[in-house]
Amino acid sequence: MGLALLLPLAAGAAAAPWVQGWLGHDPFTPDLFNRHAPPSAGHPLGTDELGRDILLRVLFGARVSLLVGLSVAVAATALGAAVGLFAAWRGGWPDAVLMRIADGMLALPALPLLVVLAAVDTGRFGLPRGEAASDIARLVVILTLFGWVGVARLARAAALAELARDYVTAARVSGAREARVLLRHVAPNVSGPVLVAAALSVAGAILAESALSFLGLGIQPPAPSWGNMLANAQDLVFSAPLAAVWPGLAILLAVAGCTLLADGLRSRREL
Amino acid sequence: MLRLVAGRLLQMAATLLAVSALVWLVMGLMPGDPADLAMMADPALTAADIERLRAAHGLDRPLHERYAAWLAAVLRGEFGFSRLYAVRAETVLWPALRSTLVLLGASLALAAGLGTALGVLAAARPRWAPPVDALAILAQSVPGFWLGILLVILFAVTLGWLPAGGSPEAPGAVEALRFLALPVATLAIVNLAAYARHTMAATQAVLREPYIQTARMKGLPERAVVWRHAFPNAAVPVLTVAALDAGALVSGALIVEIIFARPGMGKLIYDAVMGNDYNLALLALLLASAVTMGATLFADLGQRLIDPRLRG
Repeated sequence: MGLALLLPLAAGAAAAPWVQGWLGHDPFTPDLFNRHAPPSAGHPLGTDELGRDILLRVLFGARVSLLVGLSVAVAATALGAAVGLFAAWRGGWPDAVLMRIADGMLALPALPLLVVLAAVDTGRFGLPRGEAASDIARLVVILTLFGWVGVARLARAAALAELARDYVTAARVSGAREARVLLRHVAPNVSGPVLVAAALSVAGAILAESALSFLGLGIQPPAPSWGNMLANAQDLVFSAPLAAVWPGLAILLAVAGCTLLADGLRSRREL
Repeated sequence: MLRLVAGRLLQMAATLLAVSALVWLVMGLMPGDPADLAMMADPALTAADIERLRAAHGLDRPLHERYAAWLAAVLRGEFGFSRLYAVRAETVLWPALRSTLVLLGASLALAAGLGTALGVLAAARPRWAPPVDALAILAQSVPGFWLGILLVILFAVTLGWLPAGGSPEAPGAVEALRFLALPVATLAIVNLAAYARHTMAATQAVLREPYIQTARMKGLPERAVVWRHAFPNAAVPVLTVAALDAGALVSGALIVEIIFARPGMGKLIYDAVMGNDYNLALLALLLASAVTMGATLFADLGQRLIDPRLRG
């Protein structure tokens, strides 16, 4: 069910250059004689305030949004699973410190903090600024900083349960080193809840990315992202209300797809 | 109970301290210090003037010294000035906080009330479960800013019933409500899903308990079984969600305030960050964090009041 929503979006994102060739427009070049054109054969969803094709921009935006969502999920899951496993295995004060940090971060309102972090001028560290690639990298880093927490807590809870099982003792008795016990025996058994958390973190990252881009702190125009397309559309609700529909619908489908995927994974595990 | 509160207050203080230090560092890395901004505003200033300004305001000292000085001043109750509004920071902060609390309170009441009702309905009448579940997933996935725009298109642009945003122009409760309706609706819909799903799951579990069968067998009407016997026991998760979602609610309020141009903490933080108003941005961020953590604490305490099993 979740895949049924996600696959068409992913396919659309992958096929964006072919769709572009087929329609014969450039989604980055303004066409001022053709602003706010209604849907037609040449522009299936019409054009935006600069005469650019909305369908193509949604598809190219999908590449950015899905890339950010997946990268954040991979990074946050890796970091969170490592922290969770370590905390559960080590116990004692490192566990307590890590979990208090996680509690503290969960209790904070994430978006205002993300706004502050996203406003940092990366140019001061000698990094390139203002390019789409560096925008994406910056967003992935910032969102990962907040994304690992949920995964870490789930991974820790699952690992604690697994570490108490007999097979762990058996592996230790048979002389396996601790690293091998953790990676070969415990990790595969906590992968289920971690995968569910990963699917949910894709949804969270897509929402957060679009919110930041909407606020003008994420992906910068002219590079299209679902969030910054909506920011433009909001200014035009009185003249072109339809332009606001498509990017938001794309976000809705992507996030709902990930949520349903997580639900499906969870119930399959329980069966 | 007292130990719990004391421990949590200590943790809140530690978190606020960590956030303030982190944000101080981050803001130190943001473009333009106040002296740069003064230079941009007044071309007549010379390099020597800028140096004198920096020295006068202590901007030439290292970051950690400035942080210590700021922290000492805040603990004394001196919040400093806002650059953007050119007044004492607290004169901007308090009205914004009040406006945000009104928005948060109304949305929370609507989301929790409606979400709980939907959850109980879906649990009590299995026929209703799939549509409520679908609705919850939809509400959970919809980005708040898009929903806000859609509501504006429908109610402000097409129908013209409600204002698209801003603050009331005339005094009076009706006028205030007109401006509150769309923001509250947006925030409530986005936050309703968690309440509906958790209440549904909890009520379904409780309805399978033996004491519910007892209540049914002694001839109680189904309405009494659901509301008098099942619901109070399923109500704990509502407070769990309230505690867990406090951060999401405040984050949602920020973006809703920006869409509807509602003066409040969210818009204040955004404007302050965008306008290089370091002092105000930091204070507003800490205040928003404190509100969130306070809400979480209250929800946790409420949970313990309702459920004796948690008191331990």
